[in-house]
Amino acid sequence: MTDPASKPLTTAEQPLRAHSPEVSAARARRWGSFFYAEQVLRVMRNYGWSVILYSVGQPVAYLFAMGVGLASLVDANSEAAFGGVSYLEFVAPALLVSAAVMTASGEFSYPIMDGFKWRRVFYGPHASPLTPQQIASGHVMASSLRFLLQSVVYFAVVAMFGASPSLWGWMSAIVATVAALSFGLPLMAYAASIKQDKGQFALVQRFIVMPLFLFSGTFFPLDSLPIAVRWIGWISPVWHGTELGRVFTYGMDQNPLLTITHVVFLLVTATGGWVLVRRQFVKRMGS
Amino acid sequence: MSAGATSLLRVHNEAIRSPTPSPTPSESSQSGFDMNRPTVISAQNLTKTYGDLTAVDNISFDVPAGESFGLLGPNGAGKSTTMKMIGGVSQRTSGTLSIMGLDPESHGPEVRAHLGVVPQQDNLDEELKVRENLIVYGRYFGLPLSYLKPKADELLEFAQLTDKANSKVDALSGGMKRRLTIARSLINEPRILLLDEPTTGLDPQARHILWDRLFRLKENGVTLILTTHYMDEAEQLCDRLIVVDKGRIMAEGSPANLIREHSSREVLELRFGSERNATIGVELQGIGERLETLPDRVLIYAHDGEAALEQVTARGLRPMTSLVRRSSLEDVFLRLTGRSLVD
Repeated sequence: MTDPASKPLTTAEQPLRAHSPEVSAARARRWGSFFYAEQVLRVMRNYGWSVILYSVGQPVAYLFAMGVGLASLVDANSEAAFGGVSYLEFVAPALLVSAAVMTASGEFSYPIMDGFKWRRVFYGPHASPLTPQQIASGHVMASSLRFLLQSVVYFAVVAMFGASPSLWGWMSAIVATVAALSFGLPLMAYAASIKQDKGQFALVQRFIVMPLFLFSGTFFPLDSLPIAVRWIGWISPVWHGTELGRVFTYGMDQNPLLTITHVVFLLVTATGGWVLVRRQFVKRMGS
Repeated sequence: MSAGATSLLRVHNEAIRSPTPSPTPSESSQSGFDMNRPTVISAQNLTKTYGDLTAVDNISFDVPAGESFGLLGPNGAGKSTTMKMIGGVSQRTSGTLSIMGLDPESHGPEVRAHLGVVPQQDNLDEELKVRENLIVYGRYFGLPLSYLKPKADELLEFAQLTDKANSKVDALSGGMKRRLTIARSLINEPRILLLDEPTTGLDPQARHILWDRLFRLKENGVTLILTTHYMDEAEQLCDRLIVVDKGRIMAEGSPANLIREHSSREVLELRFGSERNATIGVELQGIGERLETLPDRVLIYAHDGEAALEQVTARGLRPMTSLVRRSSLEDVFLRLTGRSLVD
């Protein structure tokens, strides 16, 4: 075997050289969130098929069951109850938003616990020039991309079912992504604060996600619920997102002030959640 | 050594870009502690408290470039806490700390860009393949794929993991995971490598492979900062070390100097059975320079262990087993703290 060190170096054999630590630090300060998002997306690619099947299979199954099966009974009674649109049109934006919120409840719970406690994957990048805030934002960016792609696919299926008569219907995919963050970021902050897994996430699924799914004007207008439980919808990102989605997909008649309230609610909860997430990540990992 | 590993080491050699001209290898002392070399890590009165607990208590040390510097102490001595502060991931309570002239508290990313870190617990991406782990980690330093792809292959060869490149991480043994973690820490060609308990939990063969790899890095001028509670590891790898206990520095020096200063040349280990070990001390008085009674054995510190053993038998004492050995860092620790390293 010849020792490569003894050979004269030609251009082609220039040894590999990393750029200087100063360049590493400068690049990490600028692009660190994207670098971490890349890692999350690479991991997601490993279960890419289940993501795709979930994204396509779920809307097809739900829309078929609700919009074709259940709708045949509901529509036979009264379209007026749903603001003059078919039951399929009424329920589609709600299912779209709910699906995004449910995906968020997955992406922002167990993987966060995994990062801090189980496999401690956040501590690897933290020893690199990345900061805890960048690790958090990278996770959020990659997850948001997943919510958006899933919602776009969902909307495409909704459109194929003919359930989005408005030209602005595609906006419902963006609304669903924002609703997912509105629900997901406060959950992520909570997940980052948990030191011991005592089944908290299962409780969140059963006692927060499911009630929000059922009582957020998803399958029937919120007004048809007794006033005593209507508050569940008022504090629910699913309701605010669904109502906005309905405005976009079939032009639901709504007081503009209420529309603005929906937008503000989603943005304020997402932003507030993000502030808490950053705070928790720094508290947990140092700066 | 294989071609890839050779070129890796050459690159490492060239990657040591000292702020001031480095001495030639012949100028550097065997102990590695050479005041002509620039200081890469400087800690002064470093303290870290968690509530009432003082994990690191007012410790000071300087590490020159290229030195292999160890922190030896039992679990809970404050070694890992010190490493986290050096690594810029834990903030000190008081004192000053400078890595390559930078304060890790105000320049965390800049300090971490200089370092390679091997944490106590592996935190590899188990869902990614072995080679992908290296590439993804290099991306955190903003390194381009054109550099990372061939570099990952070189490092896999260095870590003897080339045939595992496309395996999932969870298919690797403990020793392989450790080597992958070390390979990962080298992806940015760091000048300083922090190793927190690098061989804890590994079998002897895996430890020796690891030591060999670390020794090669050391030979090529990488500054190694190592915590361990294994005295043999400290003796193998460290030019100089501090013995830490309860957050304080108990002693500092090269392994040989520490042994010379704090222990005798040889040690006679005697076992009289757990019932008698505690009471036999009186009968052994006057033999050797010092006597240490442990629950399972009695240690007699003496310049000549065989001569000490003859004195023991001359007194009519019949130990169940006897062993003469060289003094080690374990003895230094026992002398300094009254406790053994592995409790």
